[in-house]
Amino acid sequence: MSNRFDFLIIEEMVELGSKVLDIGCDDGSLLKMLQDKKKVDARGIELYSDRVNLCLEKGLPVVQGDANFDLEMYPDNSFDYVILSKTLQSVNRPRDILEQLLRIGKKAIVSIPNFGHWKVRLYLVLNGQMPMTPSLPAKWYNTENIHLCTINDFLSLCDEINIKIIKSVALDKNGAQLNFANRIRSVNLIGEQAIFLLKKNND
Amino acid sequence: MTKLVKYTTNDFNLASGKSISPLEIAYETYGKLNKDKTNAVLICHALTGDQYACAINPITKKPGWWDILVGKGKPIDTDKYFIICSNVLGGCMGTTGPKSQNLITNEPYGLNFPVITISDMVKSQVLLLDHLEIPKVLTVIGGSMGGMQVLAWMSEYPDRIKSAIPIATAAYHTSQNIAFHEVGRQAVMADPKWHEGKYFEHNTSPEKGLSVARMTAHITYLSEVALQNKFGRNLQDRAKKTFSFDADFQVESYLRYQGVNFVKRFDANSYLFLTRAMDYFDLISENDGVLANAFNDLNASVCVISFTGDWLFPSTESKKIVHALNSKGVDVSFIDIESNKGHDAFLMDEPAMFKTIRGFLEAQYVK
Repeated sequence: MSNRFDFLIIEEMVELGSKVLDIGCDDGSLLKMLQDKKKVDARGIELYSDRVNLCLEKGLPVVQGDANFDLEMYPDNSFDYVILSKTLQSVNRPRDILEQLLRIGKKAIVSIPNFGHWKVRLYLVLNGQMPMTPSLPAKWYNTENIHLCTINDFLSLCDEINIKIIKSVALDKNGAQLNFANRIRSVNLIGEQAIFLLKKNND
Repeated sequence: MTKLVKYTTNDFNLASGKSISPLEIAYETYGKLNKDKTNAVLICHALTGDQYACAINPITKKPGWWDILVGKGKPIDTDKYFIICSNVLGGCMGTTGPKSQNLITNEPYGLNFPVITISDMVKSQVLLLDHLEIPKVLTVIGGSMGGMQVLAWMSEYPDRIKSAIPIATAAYHTSQNIAFHEVGRQAVMADPKWHEGKYFEHNTSPEKGLSVARMTAHITYLSEVALQNKFGRNLQDRAKKTFSFDADFQVESYLRYQGVNFVKRFDANSYLFLTRAMDYFDLISENDGVLANAFNDLNASVCVISFTGDWLFPSTESKKIVHALNSKGVDVSFIDIESNKGHDAFLMDEPAMFKTIRGFLEAQYVK
């Protein structure tokens, strides 16, 4: 968790004193940071009980649950931000989950590992095998990441389901921000990850 | 020694419309109340529990029923918190119940004891907190029937609790749960020594019936895996089957032992009334069919705990509570602990549960 550059970007996106739900909140590091620095009303969902316990020790209210099934229990617009950080690629139905995020939250913050990164592309071209990288180290048959996508894929899905992207930030391997404007093709090539601030287009 | 508080001036009105007078509450406390009165932990015991939550139970001479969790340096630390545990209304360990003296008839209540509810139990605990001059407890915690009391606290006295930990419980008793209880009650009533609840007049008690009730119930507190692991088909102190109805199998012997020991410490009529109170518990119907409405005024932090191997109060029931709390925006946490020990896991060595309770409680204390 030490190289979570995306946390800093997420922190910038969240307004002071807002209500935040972090889906797949792991040990609660992000929520704790948002609670300390942005005074948010923090809530989390986490799949694994040992990680839930780590959150409880930090005084964070976290529910053990599965993003695939348990989002329905949250009422409409009950949070200012719903955060899904590097989890979208591992859910059963990413499209449904995105829609759930913007049902529960007025805004959503989604971060994704970029499968369009040049190293990933090169790996497939050179080896003829499913790419493995330091951030995606598992084999194709035992990876939790069943729905990997590129930055371009993500943008077109948002377009398709009428989600407005308020802000997008891509980071290279050193955590440096890449300029999105008019340079989607190159960002999709050199960005290791991307973070998006989203809302419904009709709002 | 057990402390007693007695209320005689006012009638204690019950959900049924009846009342009890006098009302006595037997309770234990452990640790010290701090100056600001912010460290009180109220423990609610389960069906056959008592006020002796920790240390040595003076009656059985064995460790208290939650000694594994409560004590010096333990998750509910007696060096840190002031712990209160009272015998429930309708119980048989000192608090007014069916074996208490009915002042009108000058004999034990027996079946003349009014049918009580989980709410009535909690109402009596409120009197105890008033007596101890504690406006708000740090947490109210309990498993099974104790968890039902915790839910009733959350629903009816939200201003008196800073946090709550309902464990291995449900917002209502399911049909299957009521069914098991009915088997237990019928076993007691079928014992000729029960005498329509007036066994005290005959200087006897329905030990066989109560023992069978306990044996049945005990099976529901465990799990198939737990029983299989512990006993399998092992024979009890013998090499071969005896071709009789003797307790050939270890599991039979174990259940008989459970039954025999239980009747030494528990009153049969109390068993009838307390199981009934659980059967009647239903926070959903009491709130016009919407569980969330039970928590309209709740501002406390809640940590719901369930166990994956609990088929009597399954995790799905805990999740319903979590969903309801979530829909009201309550500060709720939930953990479903991996365990094959069955319902009684909450009374056993479950390190994950200890970690949850210790972490949650400490966080609430400093908050």
